Amino acid sequence: MSFHSILYRTPSERPPASPPRRPEHFVDLALDQVVASVTAAKREYRLEPDFYLPLCDPDAVAYRHEVVRDLREEAVLDAVTAFGEAMHEMRERLAERDDSPYRHQQERWFLSAVAGYCRAVRRLARELSAAEPASRGFRDLVAYLDAVVASDAFERLAAWTDRLERALGEIRYQVRIVGSTVKVRHFHDEADYSAKVLATFEKFREAPARDYRIKLREGGRMTHVEAQILDGVARLHPEVFSDLDRYCRENARYLDDRLAAFDREVQFYLAYLEQVRRLQRAGARFVLPEIAPSWEGTFAEGMVDAALADKLRYSGGAAVANDFRLEGEQRLVVVTGPNQGGKTTFARAFGQVHYLAALGLPVPAAAARLHLADALHTHFERQERVEDLRGKLHEELSRMHRVVRDATHDSIVVMNEAFSSTTASDALQLTREILARLDRRGALCLVVTFLDELATLNPRTVSMVGGVDPDDPAIRTFRIERRPADGRAYAVAIARKHGLTRAALDERLAP
Amino acid sequence: MKVLLMHRELDFQAEREPPWNMPDLVADLGLSWLFQAMARGDEIVGDVCRSALGQSVTDVATVHYRQAALRDALANPDAVRALYQLAASTVEDERKHYFGLFRNHPDTILRRSVEVMRLFAERLRRLRDIAAEQVARFESGAFDRLFLMLQTELDEPFLARIDAHLKDLRLRQGLLMSARLGAGNSGSDYVLREHAGPAGGFLRRLVSKGPASYSFTIPERDQAGFRALDQLRDRGVNLVANALAQSNDHILGFFRSLRDELAFYVGALNLHETLAAKGEPLCFPAAHPPERARRRYRGLYDPSLALQLERRTVGNDLDGDDTRLVVITGANHGGKSTFLRALGTAQLMTECGLFVPATEADVSLGPGVITHFKREEDAGLESGKLDEELERMATVVDHVAGGTLVLLNESFASTNEREGSDIAREVLGALVAGGVRVAFVTHLYDFASSMASADEPGRLFLRAPRSDDGTRTFRLQEGAPLPTSYGGDLFGEVFGTAAGPSPAAEPASGPGDGARDGPEPASDPQLGSPT
Repeated sequence: MSFHSILYRTPSERPPASPPRRPEHFVDLALDQVVASVTAAKREYRLEPDFYLPLCDPDAVAYRHEVVRDLREEAVLDAVTAFGEAMHEMRERLAERDDSPYRHQQERWFLSAVAGYCRAVRRLARELSAAEPASRGFRDLVAYLDAVVASDAFERLAAWTDRLERALGEIRYQVRIVGSTVKVRHFHDEADYSAKVLATFEKFREAPARDYRIKLREGGRMTHVEAQILDGVARLHPEVFSDLDRYCRENARYLDDRLAAFDREVQFYLAYLEQVRRLQRAGARFVLPEIAPSWEGTFAEGMVDAALADKLRYSGGAAVANDFRLEGEQRLVVVTGPNQGGKTTFARAFGQVHYLAALGLPVPAAAARLHLADALHTHFERQERVEDLRGKLHEELSRMHRVVRDATHDSIVVMNEAFSSTTASDALQLTREILARLDRRGALCLVVTFLDELATLNPRTVSMVGGVDPDDPAIRTFRIERRPADGRAYAVAIARKHGLTRAALDERLAP
Repeated sequence: MKVLLMHRELDFQAEREPPWNMPDLVADLGLSWLFQAMARGDEIVGDVCRSALGQSVTDVATVHYRQAALRDALANPDAVRALYQLAASTVEDERKHYFGLFRNHPDTILRRSVEVMRLFAERLRRLRDIAAEQVARFESGAFDRLFLMLQTELDEPFLARIDAHLKDLRLRQGLLMSARLGAGNSGSDYVLREHAGPAGGFLRRLVSKGPASYSFTIPERDQAGFRALDQLRDRGVNLVANALAQSNDHILGFFRSLRDELAFYVGALNLHETLAAKGEPLCFPAAHPPERARRRYRGLYDPSLALQLERRTVGNDLDGDDTRLVVITGANHGGKSTFLRALGTAQLMTECGLFVPATEADVSLGPGVITHFKREEDAGLESGKLDEELERMATVVDHVAGGTLVLLNESFASTNEREGSDIAREVLGALVAGGVRVAFVTHLYDFASSMASADEPGRLFLRAPRSDDGTRTFRLQEGAPLPTSYGGDLFGEVFGTAAGPSPAAEPASGPGDGARDGPEPASDPQLGSPT
């Protein structure tokens, strides 16, 4: 009931003190690119670790879905965005403080930072409460904010801050420079000289005048001359400045831990949702998936590879969307078809959609019903040194052995052109063996391969094939469709197109 | 502080866009000669006069206002020229103060502004002194007001205040500025302050509690410190440098205005002197509102022609009150075009508040003058030329209003007499009905005689006669159009005959028009009107 975190329902779900490592499958599934695009503009928040922790509990996912729905409301989004900006500004002021070697300047920056914080907290409490959020996360946060704002400590802090800001704002002083001597004294209300000059010549004014003022740099690093003047001002107003001194000492720990954490964690959603908006403008669809208790009846429609969609954004293209569906006992998806036909992209999209679902975020599809995996293993062909083919095969088999050992009926395994370092018949046999073992565990597998025989491995297999243009087999549609594997027709068609069939060649080469 | 020598309540805009047909007017009326004589080599005077002539005044009060000021100027040419010189040289001298390399320092701006202000103070004083000297000798509303204003606004206390500012701005007593605490407690809102008198400061120091001030000095070797000090001075000086620079701009604006409006009168003086030296008459026209339709001249001549010839020009009279259409026919080179030009120029000069080239004049003001003169290219009589001519005429029609003076010189000559006459009847009929005042020099006998025989009011017919021996007098006379332009003279000369072949041509119903070729009867029954 009481607010803990906008990302995690309970403290135990939080990432451990040592940050989690990036999952091994990230690069294969291009999730590293996805996360990089999402976090590019928000480096200061260090959001990556939260992207490395998929959730297993459907209620934990539901908790995040509720927050996402609330953030779709303009009032909530505006309030949260404003809070983020105000906190960012607070940090900038603290940075100015750290940058300055002069005590009176540091203390004023600190006061400014805390003032911004108080205003931000009050404003968030007010605006978020008025927006009437529905999620548990935000409702708990509203209650927490109300308690903070109403607390004695906060009220004292805010009042003291206001008082000091006002007092400092009212100070006026005078500086007199004669030669190289500078004298600082109280303001005595002598006449504004520029106003006097303008008044003398007012009678000549017939038209608006040009502005001759030079833009002078304001704020920033003080010169030591300015610092000495400031010291003088401080001594002319001892009460105010000693109050400021005391304020800085006593309020060093002004920042509420949970609000600071909220500031960081809510950016997880904001950053991702901004990327979602960008991709939506380029034609990609996103949806909060329904969570299923098992693999049965899971599907996705209109699914795209989010990393590819982002790349294509710049050239104005759109990624082709695809579907998959698992009916009844189906647990193995075999994807065959022409080279460069979009098979690997499909495999990546498949992996991404499942991983992002486990993060409780909208997935890149028009509609989806997905089961939360307890582990996601990938085996993509690695571009490695060609010398040691035997070593490569050994290494692959070792990895697959580990995968098979650790797989459960809730695991996903994605294999992309495995065992390419050996003959086709060997590869077929090895793959069959591994898939049989995985089948016994009940894990969900997706295999991209040129071995058509796998498409009919067992009753639990779904065959999907990369499409080509009926008029010109050299053109790929990038659509992956459910249908039986249809052999190696493509290569022949391409050869024919280039006049490289036997018949054509005989004719060309005839003496 | 407005100059108000050209309008009672408005500034004169020398930069205003000239009227759409200014190039035509200048070419057709030969105005370059006029401008040259007015400028006498001074480009500013030339430009101002050109601009003034293009800005026709349409209310009688303003014309009288300027005429009165011009009478003053004619009576006191030296004073007016001296004032003009003072204003013009001040504007010129201001330009000589350059900003130098360090434009972006308030300090530089301040120093430059102080120098310029010093120049202005001296010139303003001289201006005031001239005003005080001359005020008794000027009678017009315009100059009286100007001189009085100068004396009132530029009085000793004011000039003393300027001197005081200049002294203070040398900042000998050091710089005093107030400030607030801005972001991070940096100084902000710097405002330069006046130094309080020593007495005031002393008393205040007695009364206030606690230490009055803290001071420190930048050590000699502290380069960074001196740079910081300069930056600080810049902040204090920024606003006041701006104030002074802006004030200078305002004063410069005043001198510029003064220069421009006086330039007009200097130009008028120059013109007057040049023409009077030749013995050509000039008079101030009586200006009448447009509705009155007055147009009466005695001794009207073309001033541009007068400026080009050494001998005296021939003046013409015109009784054109309530006349909408004046048709001018007659001998070639008989002075017709010259007369047309004289009419146009005199109208512009009247509408400008100037004197006119005549001995007497009564003129109604109208919204300007438009010309449609034959272009050299049209003389070829090729078929495309009528198109061009009519297009130009269409533009004229676009711009006329009731009361505009339209001068047509051999319009529609690029086609035959029948066709041209038909077109002329249409166009001129419409213009005249629309309240436009037209003067038309033409050889279209068909048109001219049909107009004359229609005998409607508001039409006047003038002829450039030729005398017995074929010479020209350049004096137009009232008379119905004759079916010949005296080309017969030439024929006679070339062919050596007294009477040439004469195919039957219907003369108009005017009396005494029988002879087409050959000499003109000695006494023309038409010649009853006064010259």
